[in-house]
Amino acid sequence: MTDAPLLIVGASMAGLRTAEGARRAGYDGPIEFLGAEAHAPYNRPPLSKELLQTEGHGHDEVAFPIRSALEQGVTWTLGRAAASLDAERRVVVDEAGVEHPYSSLVIATGLRPKPLPIPSHGLGGIHVLRTLDDAVGLRSALRPGANVVILGSGFVGCEIAATAAKNGCSVSIVTQSAVPLDRALGPELGGEVRRRHEAHGVRFFTRDGLFGLVGETAVERVILTSGVMLECDVLVVAIGSDPNTEWLQGSGLDVSDGVLVDAGLRAIGVDGVVRPDVFAVGDVARYPNPLFDDVPRRVEHWNLPTETGKRAGQLIAAHLRGDDCEPLAAAGFAPLPSFWSDQYDMHLLAFGMTYLADRRELVAGSLDDECVVEYFRGETLVGVCGIGMRSLVQSYRSRFSMPSATV
Amino acid sequence: MIKIDVDMNKCQHYGQCVFEAPEVFQLNADDKLEYKAEAPDEMLADLEAAADVCPMQAIMLTRE
Repeated sequence: MTDAPLLIVGASMAGLRTAEGARRAGYDGPIEFLGAEAHAPYNRPPLSKELLQTEGHGHDEVAFPIRSALEQGVTWTLGRAAASLDAERRVVVDEAGVEHPYSSLVIATGLRPKPLPIPSHGLGGIHVLRTLDDAVGLRSALRPGANVVILGSGFVGCEIAATAAKNGCSVSIVTQSAVPLDRALGPELGGEVRRRHEAHGVRFFTRDGLFGLVGETAVERVILTSGVMLECDVLVVAIGSDPNTEWLQGSGLDVSDGVLVDAGLRAIGVDGVVRPDVFAVGDVARYPNPLFDDVPRRVEHWNLPTETGKRAGQLIAAHLRGDDCEPLAAAGFAPLPSFWSDQYDMHLLAFGMTYLADRRELVAGSLDDECVVEYFRGETLVGVCGIGMRSLVQSYRSRFSMPSATV
Repeated sequence: MIKIDVDMNKCQHYGQCVFEAPEVFQLNADDKLEYKAEAPDEMLADLEAAADVCPMQAIMLTRE
């Protein structure tokens, strides 16, 4: 078994950064990627923006460069999902029944969009957005004049709305929330985001939901729970995501909400015991962040696949060298979440965990122009978000620090 | 030396790179990105970190 590779399930940004991190930390053995998508790792944020409005853009425009450290000793098995894990035998079985033995395993299977919450009756015209293929399919549907209904008002829903409006579509957002981005940014910035969308012709149906669909072969109209009926050529479901952990059922790992890991990104079993040879990174990993508290969370912000991947890479290299990993794991893991969003000419940039806040304070500028908002839980700063004013927002990074001397 | 190229058609001036490699990347008074075109080899790790965190993936590095 000594020749078994470092197996990375999920050919994603998090998987790629893990492999690079392991190489950087001295691991020079074989690496295998097993990915459900047909594509090598690519950058997802442009899928709701540039790629969605630029005909002809595809994998070439969003692919991550493969650095020289990964040119040798790396096997890519793409278009093949993992089906099960036998942690005792250190083997992953893929959907074709092929066994993939490993020395260490990295779980980087990410998320998938939550499905339409009502029966679709097999109607066409219903979209989600997570993968490159999703984006290419949605792009061809966002024709000028198309009636687009977006269910959900999080970042993905809002960015698709902005892109669709730019493409000349007639756009409606249907959301259970009172304002878009309510959970992430609160009612003040959320209200301003709504105002800017409305200025571009987007209609909002808040505190509302989908009751039913009308159509022959494809959706033609949607009926909202409020009774409103909307013309609809394109229905986009953007109401959040679920972790891809079904293949880990029965593996003994705690997958109650993503993969529970310790500060070294090492998986924790249902028995509470750390698995030294199984790691989880990216959106699928659930871990505590001592910058905020000790509650393990899945955090879906863009910089965390990179942060978790680099961190796991160090531990993996040490583990496969036979080193004692405990001091490294005990060193703590406290990445500062960072996220941004482009909608029309509005550039949002944020740090921290704004959605933990119970209080918000406008500290610079004004909402209808450029501004900075601070987010507090009790007396503690937990996040900052700006429209524009990037230098000022960036200057907040140093204000997030570990409580007392936990590291 | 390491050659640094930033695709300014992609760059949205978020300044994430500034935090990773402030010797090379800076936001000027107008919040626009400015950067040095070359850096010594020993900065590779910082520069790769800067390229990694670029939301637009606009930073390209070449070893010379």
